[in-house]
Amino acid sequence: MSEVRARAPGAGVEQARPLSPHLQIYRWTWTMAMSVVHRITGCALYGGTLLVVWWLVALAAGPGPYATVQWVMNSILGRLVLIGFTWALFHHMLGGIRHFIWDLGYGFEREARMNLARFTLFGSLALTVVVWVIALALA
Amino acid sequence: MAEFTLPKNSRMTEGKTWPKPASAQRVTTFRVYRWNPDDGKNPSIDTYYVDRDDCGPMVLDALLWIKNKVDPTLTLRRSCREGICGSCSMNINGANTLACTMGIDECSDGKLVKIYPLPHMPVVKDLVPDLTTFYTQHASIEPYLKTVTPSPEKEWRQSPEDRQKLDGLYECILCACCTTSCPSYWWNGDRYLGPAALLQAYRWLIDSRDEDTGERLDRLEDPFRLYRCHTIMNCANVCPKHLNPAKAIAEIKKMMVTRQL
Repeated sequence: MSEVRARAPGAGVEQARPLSPHLQIYRWTWTMAMSVVHRITGCALYGGTLLVVWWLVALAAGPGPYATVQWVMNSILGRLVLIGFTWALFHHMLGGIRHFIWDLGYGFEREARMNLARFTLFGSLALTVVVWVIALALA
Repeated sequence: MAEFTLPKNSRMTEGKTWPKPASAQRVTTFRVYRWNPDDGKNPSIDTYYVDRDDCGPMVLDALLWIKNKVDPTLTLRRSCREGICGSCSMNINGANTLACTMGIDECSDGKLVKIYPLPHMPVVKDLVPDLTTFYTQHASIEPYLKTVTPSPEKEWRQSPEDRQKLDGLYECILCACCTTSCPSYWWNGDRYLGPAALLQAYRWLIDSRDEDTGERLDRLEDPFRLYRCHTIMNCANVCPKHLNPAKAIAEIKKMMVTRQL
């Protein structure tokens, strides 16, 4: 056995073996993409939570600081960030539900798992639109 | 932290374009990953033109056509050519599969087929990856019957119902399509066992004759060995035997929870 190992391909070759391509060549699938987005939205929620904290602190600090926050949040860029935060929240929430279903042992068949992944994307977009339509209507 | 780009020695360059077969009517272009351990160069992508009227319907037929008629140095593993040995696993048009059971027109528009070795593996030569770690991980789950009660006179018996639980698990041919399709395995392949080994782990966990269940679970109870599965599902998408390693891993995770109750 040891003799076989010693003569294994590549043994004694000075050049290190290359690593075969992975992300560079792999065809994306829904479940793969939504797994990545779940991570990204999870990280984004840290930033979003900081915005909530900023808003709460400003609320406690008085009318001056609160007006500043309001001004930033009502700017176009602020709105875009808030819409992004809303979407990240819904996407991560629906992703969590998807993972919960899988953890219970359901939804592993081809159609089911792909539909669950699509549901996280389209569901989160739909919920974001609904929330913002209501929010802007109330405003 | 995961390394998303290829190391310097692994970056691919444009390789040789081989001559078109004369007087061929139907031609499919094959772009194939090449790496020669002896020439000191980086991997490259060679272009071959396959005469489809002179060649069988499967991707493996085309690769062997190339090897026989165009370039004998093209290196790949193959044996049974009917999807039971698991040797010719490779990445074809972006998904891992067996070259012998994948039709050229099934995986492409019939014009272009891109072929790489199984992803994120050390390359021995061309389409041949080094599977040593993969096999070691399979061995580590102890894929054989373990018992403490004395062996029966004739054989360990199993009811048809219990035997049925092994369907969808025992058929694994260890081609490594699933394990090397898993991004979690790409980033943590040294510590995460990967879908193929875990599917086999589950196959022995639910075998009614096996008496090592608790210890088997103990050995898997680890943040990396089992729990690096993040249900990305590439494994289930690519399995050429249509098995579902993702589901098997979920069942193991369930066993981990239920044994605490």
